[in-house]
Amino acid sequence: MVRAEWAIFEEDYWAINNVLEDLLKSSRSGFVMLIDRTGQLISQCGPDVEFDLTSFASLCAADFEANYQLAKLIGEKDFSTLFHQGAQDSMYLGKIAKGVVLVVLFNKSTTLGLVRLRVKRAMEELDGIIEALYEKLEYRNEEYDAIDESFTLEVEAEIDSLFAD
Amino acid sequence: MSLINYSSREINCKVVYYGPGLGGKTTNIQYVYEKLAPETKGKLVTLATEMDRTLFFDFLPLELGEVKGFKTRFHLYTVPGQVYYNASRKLILRGVDGIVFVADSSEARFDANIEALYNLHENLKEYNLSLDEIPFVIQWNKRDMPDAIPVDELNQELNPEGYENFEAVAVNGVGVFDTLKCVAKQVLRQLQTA
Repeated sequence: MVRAEWAIFEEDYWAINNVLEDLLKSSRSGFVMLIDRTGQLISQCGPDVEFDLTSFASLCAADFEANYQLAKLIGEKDFSTLFHQGAQDSMYLGKIAKGVVLVVLFNKSTTLGLVRLRVKRAMEELDGIIEALYEKLEYRNEEYDAIDESFTLEVEAEIDSLFAD
Repeated sequence: MSLINYSSREINCKVVYYGPGLGGKTTNIQYVYEKLAPETKGKLVTLATEMDRTLFFDFLPLELGEVKGFKTRFHLYTVPGQVYYNASRKLILRGVDGIVFVADSSEARFDANIEALYNLHENLKEYNLSLDEIPFVIQWNKRDMPDAIPVDELNQELNPEGYENFEAVAVNGVGVFDTLKCVAKQVLRQLQTA
């Protein structure tokens, strides 16, 4: 059995993806993604991007964390959404349950008002999915068996071959 | 915070390099970045000041080959070494799966090591974590310094718990991969409980 902090199962993944797809279309955004608080990419939706997505996710999480601390310093509990405006492209970030963060990239083909409106709805739906997912983790362990001793040994061998001087 | 995605069949783990300022944390990650094949590494992100001091963090994602249909990824982070960036250090520790403490072997930096270790304990406490429950490896870096303290002595003073430790000269790559291998395997073992 595996003791991961959390896991995404197939059905949750698709439930999340449906919300992201709907958000992408209804807000006329360019790209949406969901990351966890440590910057791990959970799911993404939209055309392939030219930048490094893993780094982007990590920086988004750091951005959110830094702003969370800023909020605390000025006596706020949280900044639940963040908006970064660029000349062409802008970003809108929103906090979901359990520290999961929704990131939306958009350009001038839509408006901040529309993005904000659609994000609000998507955040409510994602809140429900993430909360339910955490509840499920309490009792659903059987699938964790996929990662057993033989798996660990094989990955260890991978580590040895990859990190060889 | 390790994340297993059963749909995309990915396992993601976070390893943080901690330690005193100018101890060689960024050098460790840079060496790993330089040595690994392009297909196994992502972009090296560095948020540094003009003086090349780490301001927020360095970040390097690594990807192991597929095993039983699962891709395993390690995300390597460094924290800023200077104490006045403690808020940033604390943020990076969130969801950590394994820690490498990069200690400076030189006598002149002995106190800085103690201070950084103490600070690590304090920051972990804020997340209700302790080193007893997180994979933890110490790297005695800068073994080539003329005033390097003998490893026995360093272990006695800074590592009475006997955590796994490695000698290193990170700038030449000595000990860098040994340290990373050790912490990566410990993280993996932690994922799999008997």
